Amino acid sequence: MAEELTVVDHPRAAAKFVRDDARAHWHDQALWFVRVKRDRMAQSLPEWETLRAKAAEIKAHTVGHLAEYLEQFERQATALGAKVHWAADAAEHNQIVLDILQRHGVKQVAKSKSMLTEECHLNPFLERHGITVVDTDLGEWIVQLRGEPPSHIVLPAIHIKKEEVGELFHRKLGTEAGATDPKYLTEAARYKLRQVFLESQAGITGVNFAIAETGGIVVCTNEGNADLGVSLPKLHIACMGIEKLIPRAADLGVFLRLLARSATGQPITTYSSHFHGPAPSGELHIVLVDNGRSSILGNDDYRRSLHCIRCGACMNTCPVYRRSGGHSYGATVPGPIGSILNPARDPGRYATLPYACSLCGSCTDVCPVKINLHEQLLTWRRDIAAAGKLSWSKQAAMKAAAFVLARPGLYRLAGKVARFSLRHLPRLLLYGPWNPWGRQRELPRAPRRSFREQYARRPKP
Amino acid sequence: MSSKEKILAAIRRQSPARPPLPSLDEAWIQYPDVQAQFAAALASVGGQVVEAASLADAASVIGQLPPMEQAAKIVCTVPGLPLGNCVLDDVPDPHLLADVDVAIVAGRFGVAENGAVWVEAGHLRHRAVCFICQHLVLVMPRGEIVHNMHQAYQRLTFTRAEYGVFISGPSKTADIEQSLVIGAHGARSLTVALVAGWEGQLSAAAQE
Repeated sequence: MAEELTVVDHPRAAAKFVRDDARAHWHDQALWFVRVKRDRMAQSLPEWETLRAKAAEIKAHTVGHLAEYLEQFERQATALGAKVHWAADAAEHNQIVLDILQRHGVKQVAKSKSMLTEECHLNPFLERHGITVVDTDLGEWIVQLRGEPPSHIVLPAIHIKKEEVGELFHRKLGTEAGATDPKYLTEAARYKLRQVFLESQAGITGVNFAIAETGGIVVCTNEGNADLGVSLPKLHIACMGIEKLIPRAADLGVFLRLLARSATGQPITTYSSHFHGPAPSGELHIVLVDNGRSSILGNDDYRRSLHCIRCGACMNTCPVYRRSGGHSYGATVPGPIGSILNPARDPGRYATLPYACSLCGSCTDVCPVKINLHEQLLTWRRDIAAAGKLSWSKQAAMKAAAFVLARPGLYRLAGKVARFSLRHLPRLLLYGPWNPWGRQRELPRAPRRSFREQYARRPKP
Repeated sequence: MSSKEKILAAIRRQSPARPPLPSLDEAWIQYPDVQAQFAAALASVGGQVVEAASLADAASVIGQLPPMEQAAKIVCTVPGLPLGNCVLDDVPDPHLLADVDVAIVAGRFGVAENGAVWVEAGHLRHRAVCFICQHLVLVMPRGEIVHNMHQAYQRLTFTRAEYGVFISGPSKTADIEQSLVIGAHGARSLTVALVAGWEGQLSAAAQE
């Protein structure tokens, strides 16, 4: 994938997205609608803040005892008849999955949503080895048919209009030309994917939670695609990051109450499936993947990003995400949490992401596990600058700012020039292409005097 | 060094804080009328509750549901409910269930806060029937509704290889422009039959 090799330039990608003004507004509104639904659900529970606090405490405890819990999970899951695999990185994960599939002579897999397999680029890997992978979550299937990655971790096709889905289905499935009714289009997908479920020889799922105490895994979907995908064939492969662990089954009481409410404003997902061991006469393989998580665990500043339960609430609320689209982040996990997790994996490639943020803190306010997202984003900016990964323009601007701010006389003069310019220069000069601040906004009307000047002139008591 | 050892060693090299595991003993939400709250929550997610005075009554109440009228193939695994025409235990392969119109299975208990019903697959030869059917009916004792998910997990122990699922409403998706469509891949409708005077197929006592 060529995209993998290039450095992500968020501002440029975002500029492309906002060029279509009507579409950018539509995208913004679609996500805000989900945020509003989330608020309604959060406000319907008097204990919402208690739940968030408990979730954060459970996660902090788990991360602090992760090695013990992973070992306990493996013991318990194995006792129930599951086979547990360990993968240090994406390549090893993909190889493990391929080996299992090849051993069973699998030609086609029905896969339900798993951000981990997206992170590992499992699909193209399996396809290269002659195995067909069908993403069965409707949104994921739509983006798969379009040959693009999901733009959101919960709402993979949130950037696509129904007219485009209609056109896509017309080409790929032979639905009526010009059809845009979501019900009709969903019905066509249901029909086609039923055949996929019935034909596939294996099912792959992600994992929302893995219970150390019992050795079970929990998968949450609304469509029922995970369950259909793994209850027809004999083979179920579940892929999970090592941070998905929770200590006790009772902890699910906290997390299942938070997850769907935060994600889509539902009281719970339609299906919350608890797999303990394989189905009778079936096989269950669980692949535990590190892929950089253990090094995040060692970092005091970013450790809490491992608490994430992938609800997507931080994306729905983020003013930058809503107006720049998930693809502008060039990563599997976009938005505020993605802007923390991706630089941890590759600071050079993802250096622009922590700047895709106004530091408004809304993500931190809605996060169900209380990750201090906006603080970590600010810390990332410090680390990126310290590592010399900052773009030359930002470095030059910072140097210039430091120079001016260290010289009070120069600073006052700069202020005077700016106030004069804002008041007296013609629009043509002020809003030229050299002033990015004037591009999508009206510049403020500057006061005649600075605060300092006004203060000096105040009537003395 | 195996990957397992490598990963565990990498984790153990770090020394994050090790705070204690919190207690979950809190004054979680309680509803004045759990049945009414359960029905309202289920309605909000697109499902519906029907009430039956007895198991015999449930047979007639469920028998009159609209999906039953045109159903050709019906699987019913609840003993005492003579509604099925396809015996799940006689079906050798779950793929043969693709044409099931209605599945009627027992739920163990419901959760008032979100309209979910806990369904265990231990007694089902093919758990696929719950997902591949066009319409799903869950039958459970009327009194078996807890207030919230914390109480729900107090009733669950996971000590053996078994599959269980909370089902809350019919299958749905909003992946096309956030428009809610009922009937994505799984059941197009979900009815929960609350049966009075019946202790249930999956009561804790029946489990042992």
